[in-house]
Amino acid sequence: MQLNMTEQGDIVMISVDEERMDAHNSGDLKEQMLQLFDEGKCSLVIDLSAVRFIDSSGLGALVSGFKNASAREGSLKLCCLQPQVRSMFELTRLHRVFEIFTNQEEALSSF
Amino acid sequence: MSKQVKIDITVPNQTKYLGMIGRIGESMAYSLKSYQGNRRELAYHLNLVLTEALANAISHANDFDPDKDVRVVISASDQELIIKVFDQGLGFDIETLAKFKARASDEGGRGIQLIFKLMDQVRYMREGDGNVLEMVKYLH
Repeated sequence: MQLNMTEQGDIVMISVDEERMDAHNSGDLKEQMLQLFDEGKCSLVIDLSAVRFIDSSGLGALVSGFKNASAREGSLKLCCLQPQVRSMFELTRLHRVFEIFTNQEEALSSF
Repeated sequence: MSKQVKIDITVPNQTKYLGMIGRIGESMAYSLKSYQGNRRELAYHLNLVLTEALANAISHANDFDPDKDVRVVISASDQELIIKVFDQGLGFDIETLAKFKARASDEGGRGIQLIFKLMDQVRYMREGDGNVLEMVKYLH
């Protein structure tokens, strides 16, 4: 999975540069997030602007990151969801779990 | 006269084929000329149920065995679309998976639930030396 990371102070912005997040590639994001948590970086924003399709494994990877960030008193927030990706969060009611922002700036300023 | 479209494809038991099979489902949605509903939504849903069913066959049924295959048959008429995913494994208990209600904090367990939510009929049964997951979507 192609992931682009930038750091803004204590916050790590991860842009998922893939059209699909599914059972084939979501494990890569999960591992990358665990590595960041091990480094003490627990405030993450995941930019999903390039993602057109997400399945239950992709959602599961984000839930994993959310739980691990929260357990370390950090947080994981999402931004830039395409409409059909957003509808998957609504279908699974995960939109009630995650803080979802329209753009990167809003997500960053929410910390 | 109603014309039927049928696609029959077999892929190795590897997750790298999820995207390819999912996209076939999307294309199928756009080729259903008589469908009056939200075509874009149907395309996403077919991509999703194919991806979930294939991932399930690869992991739960075929146990990631690289020597096994998964066969996918999609057939569509004006009235309905039928997707069959054949595995070569011992299978899994679909009733238990269907009853499982994922909590917000659960990382897994949403795949089969999504299939039940988006399709009109779902059955899983023994067939030949494996099993078949049959999913039907009514188009009217």
